[in-house]
Amino acid sequence: MPVYLDHAATTPVFPHVAAAMAEQATRVGNASSLHTAGRAARRIVEESRERLAAAIGARPSEVVFTSGGTESDNLAISGVLRARRDADPRRTRLLVSAIEHHAVLDCVEALEAREGVQVTWLPCDAEGVVHPEVLARELAADPESVALVSVMWANNEVGTVQDVAALAAMAHEHGIPMHTDAVQAVGHLPVDVAASGVDLLTLGGHKVGGPVGTGALVVKRDVAVVPLVYGGGQERQIRSGTLDTVGILGLSLAVEYAVAQRERETARLVGLRDALLKGALDLDLGIRVGGRWTTGDALGRLAGNAHLIVPGCEGDSLLYLLDAAGIECSTGSACQAGVPQPSHVLLAMGLTEREARGALRATLGHTSTAADVEAFLAALPAAVDRARRAAGATLGSG
Amino acid sequence: MRVVAAMSGGVDSAVSAARMVEAGHEVVGVHLALSQQASVLRESARGCCTLEDSADARRVADRLGIPFYVWDLAERFRVEVVEDFVAEYAQGRTPNPCLRCNERIKFHALLDKALALGFDAVATGHYARIVTRGDTGARELHRAVDAAKDQSYVLGVLDQDQLVRAFFPLGDSTKTQVRAEAAERGFAVAKKPDSHDICFIADGDTRGWLTRRLGAQPGVILDEEGDVVGEHGGAYAFTVGQRKGLHLPRPAADGRPRYVREVDVERNVVVVAPADLLGVRRIDGEHVRWCGEAPSGPTRLGAQVRAHGAELPGTAYPRLSADGRCALEVVLDEPLRGVAPGQSVVLYDGTRVVGSATIRATHPD
Repeated sequence: MPVYLDHAATTPVFPHVAAAMAEQATRVGNASSLHTAGRAARRIVEESRERLAAAIGARPSEVVFTSGGTESDNLAISGVLRARRDADPRRTRLLVSAIEHHAVLDCVEALEAREGVQVTWLPCDAEGVVHPEVLARELAADPESVALVSVMWANNEVGTVQDVAALAAMAHEHGIPMHTDAVQAVGHLPVDVAASGVDLLTLGGHKVGGPVGTGALVVKRDVAVVPLVYGGGQERQIRSGTLDTVGILGLSLAVEYAVAQRERETARLVGLRDALLKGALDLDLGIRVGGRWTTGDALGRLAGNAHLIVPGCEGDSLLYLLDAAGIECSTGSACQAGVPQPSHVLLAMGLTEREARGALRATLGHTSTAADVEAFLAALPAAVDRARRAAGATLGSG
Repeated sequence: MRVVAAMSGGVDSAVSAARMVEAGHEVVGVHLALSQQASVLRESARGCCTLEDSADARRVADRLGIPFYVWDLAERFRVEVVEDFVAEYAQGRTPNPCLRCNERIKFHALLDKALALGFDAVATGHYARIVTRGDTGARELHRAVDAAKDQSYVLGVLDQDQLVRAFFPLGDSTKTQVRAEAAERGFAVAKKPDSHDICFIADGDTRGWLTRRLGAQPGVILDEEGDVVGEHGGAYAFTVGQRKGLHLPRPAADGRPRYVREVDVERNVVVVAPADLLGVRRIDGEHVRWCGEAPSGPTRLGAQVRAHGAELPGTAYPRLSADGRCALEVVLDEPLRGVAPGQSVVLYDGTRVVGSATIRATHPD
């Protein structure tokens, strides 16, 4: 059995969630229909909405079900920008952190290129932290032009957690709404939508033991959102399309379970993560830890995130060699046509392109064990050695 | 053996990889990203490094159940193949980038990376055969069985070290057989058109591409007497032996077609002449590469100067050049038309490839 250390990419569905979904999958009923079958489906959807809302400190009426994190991010950013710009044509600027997931990054860049939107990228420090003072400064410069602030709750590559409440408070000082991509945070960090003050929050199913293709955008009642898709007017007219009763059920059960298990589970994962990071540093291979890390810290860094910078290596060589040794992990950054690109997150944190190419991300989750960490650490030295030789072969002019 | 199967996304490399798997090797598919804009989708059947090609290769690898990776050699390819191509044309020469790519990229950059990662060899979908000699164990490179598809010419730059690490599983098959096998195996690429021309010039317009790279340099076309008979947009874009695209305003007085006889980039002049003045009998070669042991003296061999050109009998004279490097002179039995500096002359002994050289200069006698 291969060792799976890529839970930030996707994590196995909880068995009890899969069972509940399977049981529901063969039942008929469109949640928008008025007959008995429709009402039965509607009841599952609404109970799921209440279950999900309760787990994350939101109101049921604030939950808009979507197809996942990417759609939720696109809906939040495009939808709020367009609504706010319609109401006040001066509001054409987005304040967005430089370390967002591509679901935010590419959406913002598309709006910039196609709709003339101005973008102010909020920098981060060497640990990946976006400081509220930085946001305050950018907001104060020209608050009337800003449509939306978007900063992710926790970073998918290096695991750094932001002070979302402080950032939201800064935005609210100028009456500007705040969106956060919490795909990596829900179920892994104490996420309370009401307490955080955010106006929009993205979450997805398959990073918390729920099904792929499910997610939600939490939208406060007073925030106007122009839809991305039009149709039957489901989900407060914000997101049309027949409701995915089975997926919504799975999403809500997974989030509920992950949140209920969170404290115990993160304590376990922090132990594994710290063992992995310490073990990697102790190999004396010149490896560094990416992002902010203090032993035992489950709040400033995601409990399951271990990010390594391996100097002199190409991340894709490491991936191949570890995969061949039965270890499945990631570089953490996106590919373009299968070619790993240097991570924009690491570049924003001040790493050079060459350093960023040596990134290796191992992410732990509910199936991870101490044996997985040991297997990873056992395979790493040989992989690093070979990857360094391969990098020499490719870069040399020979 | 642990083998990297280079997979372009075409039908040949797909079948090549499948045969390596079936032969019992531990195979990993690797697609080379060679384009600076790898995300560009194919606009025509040309090229071998688009996003679509990469996806096609991945689908085949998935069917074979082998790991698949994309290795980014775009910068190496740009420096060693594309820039070399431009520099050669700028000097009035006519390079063959496929030979260069095989020598410097597929069987050097790719092979070195594969070896460093613990692989033993690289397999490609080239039509050529490698024969292991029973007595010495040395590898010989031979023409493919399918004469129409034979690609031994573009592999004539490989030396013994490279051949020892190479597999060409298609050398004994015809293209028809390979396509049929691909269809039998259920590969979606079974009917994919062959790629043609130069992979990094997507529209096939080499002269237009060179003009964009080197800029227009208008000049004149002279006949063999030195009279101006036409104009051109840059002498570098012409090739010795070329007939089409001269756009001469008037036919020659004798009514016979004119061919490019000389490209002089120093003076930015193209010289044309009738066919009988283009004959070449003596070829000076540089950058000599021997596939195995070098001939010790003058040797009767066949010579081929173009990828799909005919093989002509002649005598090869290995020499040392003034700076002590290996040089080569080839004397053809009969004169050959359209031999351009920069092209490669590949030498054959029967079906066996002996070696190759880049043509430095040509002489009529």
